[in-house]
Amino acid sequence: MRKSWWKILSFLLLAYTIIGGFLLDVPRLPILNESIRNLYFHVCMWFGMMILFIVSVIYSIKYLRKSNHRNDIFASNFAAIGSFFGILGYATGTIWANYTWISDQNQSLASVLKEPKLIGAAIALLIYGAYFVLRGSITDIDKRARVSAVYNIFAFAMLIPSIWVIPRLVGSLHPGAPGSDSGNPALNSNDMAASMRIIFYPAVIGWTLLGVWIATLKIRLQLLKDKTLINV
Amino acid sequence: MYNYFTRILFLGAFLLLSFTTYAQDKVEMADSMRDNGKIYVVVVVCITILIGLFVYVFILDKKISRFEKNKE
Repeated sequence: MRKSWWKILSFLLLAYTIIGGFLLDVPRLPILNESIRNLYFHVCMWFGMMILFIVSVIYSIKYLRKSNHRNDIFASNFAAIGSFFGILGYATGTIWANYTWISDQNQSLASVLKEPKLIGAAIALLIYGAYFVLRGSITDIDKRARVSAVYNIFAFAMLIPSIWVIPRLVGSLHPGAPGSDSGNPALNSNDMAASMRIIFYPAVIGWTLLGVWIATLKIRLQLLKDKTLINV
Repeated sequence: MYNYFTRILFLGAFLLLSFTTYAQDKVEMADSMRDNGKIYVVVVVCITILIGLFVYVFILDKKISRFEKNKE
């Protein structure tokens, strides 16, 4: 185990998230009811994804500057775990939307399918999916690293408008749309009760650290594989 | 005596009625689940999964560390 303190911290924060997230009081709101506790899980997936993608794009830029193969491995694995978090966020979002927007708000399926936040997130995840298709289709290691590093920057640049900007310009059921009092529902002080913040922020850190841990495991495995290849 | 009992009964009935209407005004939450303690079952289940997950990742980490040592 290398540098284990933040791994233990991740476990402690997530244990706190589950215990506090299930047992502490949350504001009583119609439609949302007890399901607001999803904030500690669903929203954290997206925050974790965002942080992992930022780390990934930094390593891609580092690769383009120095052409160090290590940076390419870091970039691709952080992007992989980020995409995984994104898929989990999407999956949990569909469940949450089903019980709040469709059942309790009586929204038609058509209006949910037109939902800009969902479409934007799907586009962003598909763009990142194409990143891995691109990587898999180039056999030359250096060319693969260079092309995918450039593509990763493009993917990150597309991520910002598709999940952050466009859903906030057009009407949306998702929090953060025009008409609700917030710019960013998770960060704006008008939009989240203080009692939820004390669990939400540690939860974001905990989930992100878990993602980083899994990413470093994948990176170390990849580095080992490459070493064996070179030695043989 | 009979009169006294009916009075208590009516009072109780009205109190009950007011409680039910009060409950309807409130937003529905999973209170009863927490009252009879069952929410703790969910917490324990989730903690168990979390511990299992972390043990798995931890073992993986150690295994990779061992490989890294062998390589050097």
